[in-house]
Amino acid sequence: MRRHLISAADLSKDDALLILDTAEELAAVSERSVKKLPTLRGRTVVNLFFEDSTRTRISFEAAAKRLSADVINFSAKGSSVSKGESLKDTALTLEAMGADAVVIRHSASGAPHRLASWVRGSVLNAGDGTHEHPTQALLDAFTMRRRLGKLDGRRVTIVGDVLHSRVARSNVLLLGTLGAEVTLVAPPTLLPVAVETWPCEVSYDLDAVLPKSDAVMMLRVQRERMNAAYFPSAREYSRRYGLDPDRLAKMPDDALVMHPGPMNRGMEIAADVADSARSTIVEQVTNGVTIRMAVLYLLLGGAALEEGER
Amino acid sequence: MSTGEEYLIKGARVLGGEPADLLLRDGVIAAAGPDATAGPGAHVIDADGLIALPGLVDLHTHLREPGREDAETVASGTAAAALGGFTAVHAMANTSPVADTAGVVEQVWRLGRQAGHCDVQPVGAVTTGLGGTMLAELGAMADSAARVRVFSDDGKCVSDAVLMRRALEYVKAFDGVIAQHAQEPRLTEGAQMNEGDVSGRLGLVGWPAVAEEAIIARDCLLAAHVGSRLHVCHVSTAGSVEILRWAKSKGWNVTAEVTPHHLLLTDELVESSPVGSYNPIYKVNPPLRTREDVEALRAALADGTIDCVATDHAPHPVEDKETEWDAAAMGMIGLETALSVVQEAMVETGLLDWAGVADRMSVRPAAIGRLSGHGRPIQPGEVANITLYDPAPRRGVEPSGFASRSRNTPYTGLTLPGRVVATFLRGRPTVLEGKLQ
Repeated sequence: MRRHLISAADLSKDDALLILDTAEELAAVSERSVKKLPTLRGRTVVNLFFEDSTRTRISFEAAAKRLSADVINFSAKGSSVSKGESLKDTALTLEAMGADAVVIRHSASGAPHRLASWVRGSVLNAGDGTHEHPTQALLDAFTMRRRLGKLDGRRVTIVGDVLHSRVARSNVLLLGTLGAEVTLVAPPTLLPVAVETWPCEVSYDLDAVLPKSDAVMMLRVQRERMNAAYFPSAREYSRRYGLDPDRLAKMPDDALVMHPGPMNRGMEIAADVADSARSTIVEQVTNGVTIRMAVLYLLLGGAALEEGER
Repeated sequence: MSTGEEYLIKGARVLGGEPADLLLRDGVIAAAGPDATAGPGAHVIDADGLIALPGLVDLHTHLREPGREDAETVASGTAAAALGGFTAVHAMANTSPVADTAGVVEQVWRLGRQAGHCDVQPVGAVTTGLGGTMLAELGAMADSAARVRVFSDDGKCVSDAVLMRRALEYVKAFDGVIAQHAQEPRLTEGAQMNEGDVSGRLGLVGWPAVAEEAIIARDCLLAAHVGSRLHVCHVSTAGSVEILRWAKSKGWNVTAEVTPHHLLLTDELVESSPVGSYNPIYKVNPPLRTREDVEALRAALADGTIDCVATDHAPHPVEDKETEWDAAAMGMIGLETALSVVQEAMVETGLLDWAGVADRMSVRPAAIGRLSGHGRPIQPGEVANITLYDPAPRRGVEPSGFASRSRNTPYTGLTLPGRVVATFLRGRPTVLEGKLQ
């Protein structure tokens, strides 16, 4: 494992499988009544969140605490950052406080790369702008592997605002590494130029792709995008690219419905689809804690779990 | 202007030709070749192996004064220019206050005269406050002591087609030229880097080539329609080159510049470089483009479709670059590396000889800016604006030695050829043995 986890591209297939396997072992811990391991006792993990994201922050916080790490939550709002302190100065401050790992969420793509050049500890990307969100991809892969058995050769369809989605970028990279076949589906306006150079297929036609999908991952689409003419209206978007019961019926019987959250019910996903038995959405949240435990453990701890910790 | 001193330059290869002697006296080239003999007390400069070029002229320099003296001053910027072999620079108008009145352009012009490192020719803003809505008093700036001939809202595009048309028409009265920063604003809202495969992977908002090309095409048509002079700043795409080639084939009065960095660097550096990913040292406007664009720009500079090299020297303090990418300022410094980069990109590749370099870095920019006494042949009777350049050494770029107040060079650690040995401004050395005088 490398020192940082900034991009899903940082992970070799062996790295990714090690994380998934480690998470599988750690999942047992989450099911115990005492959900705690002593592994990271005395280590400090800083949650550095420049964007509001309660769900991701508490997921990382729970993961670190279950490994007995000390957790410091640093929210940009109401802090020195809101008084104009630069990312670099914040980084130097955290460095001086002896952070062993910094979990960063930032609205600017690449902020974790910059942070990694200023701190000695490990940097974990918890979402940077419209770039990447590698632990989301790992938890998605973990969820799919648990449900589908293996990822090699599985067909995963990712639908929605790929252009602005860090979830999509990380998933395309990681699923490619793990041998899955990814198809992106979106209106052409919400795909980056040169998407044809990505290691995946691209389609504008959701209905054509659904019957060939083992998992369908719906991305959050902000209604405000229509103001910049990415699509004419929320209703039209929903009609062409939303996952409703009719479309769910076109999917193979055992295919999964996934969503990284938070959802726009009625926009990209219908409520009864989100709540259906095929949906893994709540499971994804649970798995998020587990996968983040695995990543923290491997970045800060060791290569494999000790016998006594299992 | 007499310096009272004589300089005998021995054995310089004028424009890369055969070695010859040059005698500089009373601000002019007094003699050349066998006639160049020193009187008593003359300074003799051994120029064996050095190339003599007409003093370089930059059409596009940001000196930052008044307003951002933490980044650069007229004195520090012109010192950097002299060390880079320049004898004249055009100071861009996006200062604070904006150079949109006779008062500000005269202030900048006067600061340049006081510093004395090279001639400072202020550029006037096209619109008041670079606001893009009202024409600035172009005539007053033209008639001022600064004698402004180049007008530009650089940093911002004169995107309003009617305003651009009027500006092009209006400056005909005093032989002015509009230097356009070609960037369609709606297509580049929030733009961070070249739109392409790299921006897609990095999740950075793209700056599409079409946003430059659409404005250039429109402006060429406008310039033709009103019979005026258009200059296109920092051309960065292969498509722009095609449009310029077409406009020139029509005989329209259109000129263009390319920066050294667009001749050498590509957008891949944003993703992966010796200084990491997302390092804003590579953030510049227009952005670094692709290898195909670089090749097209080199070819266009070689065949004359692009008339000249201009640095777009854009100093920024460290704190404006040591940030996340989105928050960083756009721009790179370039005066002290320009000639070396051009040697690397154009001479070492066989695309230009030294006469060609003199043409693209001195003769043509001086002509576009209507500067007298610059970009002239190196022969007796001409003003002694001369740069002596040693093309032989290769060395790592080390910004700590720069005269510029800023350090935002993209070339740190890169090995580049050549070294400016001496620069003469009207017969007086501003640089000798690579040192500012």
